[in-house]
Amino acid sequence: MKKDFIVAIFDDEEKLLKSAFKARDKNIDIYDVYTPFPVHGLDDAMGIKRSFLPYVTFGAGATGLLFAASYQVWTMAIDWPINVGGKPFISWPAFLPITFELTVLFAAHSTVLAFLVYNKLFPGKSPVIMHPEQTCNKFVVAMDKDKVNFEDAKALFGEHGALEVKIQNVDMNP
Amino acid sequence: MSDVVSELRQRLVPEDRTYKQISEDILDTLEEAPSKGWLIGFSISALILTIGFLTVAYQVGTGIGTWGLNKTIGWSWDITNFVFWVGIGHAGTLISAVLLIFRQRWRTAINRAAEAMTIFAVACAGIFPLIHAGRPWLLYWVFPYPNTHGSLWTNFRSPLLWDVFAISTYLTVSLVFWYMGLLPDLASVRDRTKSSIRKLIYGLLSFGWNGSNRTWHHWEVMSLVLAGLATPLVLSVHTIVSMDFATSVIPGWHTTIFPPYFVAGAIFSGFAMVITLLVITRKVLNWENYITMGHIDAMCKVILVTGMIVGLAYGTEFFIAWYSGNEYERYCFINRATGPYWWAYWSMISCNVISPQFFWFKKMRNNLVVVFILSIVVNIGMWFERFVIITTSLHRDFLPSSWSMYSPTWVEIVTFIGTFGLFFTLFFIFIRVLPGIAVAEVKSVYKFARHDH
Repeated sequence: MKKDFIVAIFDDEEKLLKSAFKARDKNIDIYDVYTPFPVHGLDDAMGIKRSFLPYVTFGAGATGLLFAASYQVWTMAIDWPINVGGKPFISWPAFLPITFELTVLFAAHSTVLAFLVYNKLFPGKSPVIMHPEQTCNKFVVAMDKDKVNFEDAKALFGEHGALEVKIQNVDMNP
Repeated sequence: MSDVVSELRQRLVPEDRTYKQISEDILDTLEEAPSKGWLIGFSISALILTIGFLTVAYQVGTGIGTWGLNKTIGWSWDITNFVFWVGIGHAGTLISAVLLIFRQRWRTAINRAAEAMTIFAVACAGIFPLIHAGRPWLLYWVFPYPNTHGSLWTNFRSPLLWDVFAISTYLTVSLVFWYMGLLPDLASVRDRTKSSIRKLIYGLLSFGWNGSNRTWHHWEVMSLVLAGLATPLVLSVHTIVSMDFATSVIPGWHTTIFPPYFVAGAIFSGFAMVITLLVITRKVLNWENYITMGHIDAMCKVILVTGMIVGLAYGTEFFIAWYSGNEYERYCFINRATGPYWWAYWSMISCNVISPQFFWFKKMRNNLVVVFILSIVVNIGMWFERFVIITTSLHRDFLPSSWSMYSPTWVEIVTFIGTFGLFFTLFFIFIRVLPGIAVAEVKSVYKFARHDH
């Protein structure tokens, strides 16, 4: 599927940031911005909501904790209890290290997995490229051509130091 | 760019560069044919690795009777080397996770290589318990899966099983943390290379990363979450390793000081290894503008601090051995310092406590030859520390009739050297095929301390 985008290309993140805030004020809807490194403040300008990932971390961590604790209690005290000098079967201090490790294991891997799935990143995926240097030194603001007036965009981004503002036909399923 | 310099802060990238030049400085090496130095270094490492591999094959085939262990000393070089390598790994996580949480922006230039070092070091460490298991193909028995061995579960109260969980969690979490950090740089290699094979390979590896800000947003949150998880994780790993000893009743091992003492020692040795590797790497690959003297200086200071924590721990151990009034504990420490292994003890003290004191002086921290030599000395010292703790505690414990001495056989020595072959082979490959500096992260701190910031 191919789609027309208005793209504004910058070579400096501060000009980009300034113009992104101006675009927000003028209700110019930004589809996405492509940058070589994370530009702080851009999330506010684009109105991106806070990532949901920490909830995944918490949920998975809690699952790992409960799983490890109950598994150790079940194996050591219920399924196959072994009497070691009359010591308690549920010797919980000895179960803490593995409970902690599994909490971290579940939390970390689930967070990464959720990140990859949500952002549709997987080995062999072809990237959507707006500008060949967007992972090197170019900062690209992309707007949906159907939603944004080209002249408005050109005026705004041109004024804030965009190298170029143009309409580009982009392959969305490369 | 103007030449106005902030008076307060040193620039992280001293010389002026455009973003494109930063990419070129760091990533061009992946496009060029390997240099002569690389080929020689890689060949030597691979040769050592091969010899090590054959030696491992020999001892797995013959049995671990090929080692110098006896009925008194049932653990020696194997576990010494295991703790040595795991400890080295800790600096990588410290740099990538702890310094991220503390917003130490200088970490960006060294975190990639240090994390790679972590993963390789943990891989080297894993080899020793694997061989010591005797029948490595049955190693899956350490996992608590439902089995037909009479419903006999693994013993969750054993620190050795805690180790299994700690090390495997540590290895896999470090690996994904490292790889997620690599994605933007792999995409950058993919987009700038002219070779179609490289485009294909890095295309596969970069998971379709395109620098979308929506993805970056989640990426940053994920990095922070992983750093938050990796920080207690790295502390837990060496804590649990130290519990292999601390939960036993052997004099010299049965002490509560072990967890913090081991963690400090791990950071100490790990930073030394990072310095050893990066002093050479920055020179050979002309990365002096990124891995600056400021970085070396900061790492030397970390070594100085952790070295003194380790020194304090040695002193505390000795004091408590006396203060406890326990004669076995007292004897153990007197025996360490004056017994048949005195030379190991004093090597440890001179390498770990005395040698880092040179880093009080800026002149010493700025002299690369001194820094390089001391970084190696520190790691020799940290190897001796583990040898002293493990072997001297075991060789004379409660019953004088069972006292004994230990010396390694050639098999143990060659295996240990072989793990260095593995470590350096992996590092040489890493530096050739993956971005050795986190390019995207360096770009994001490039403007730090420049005039308009």
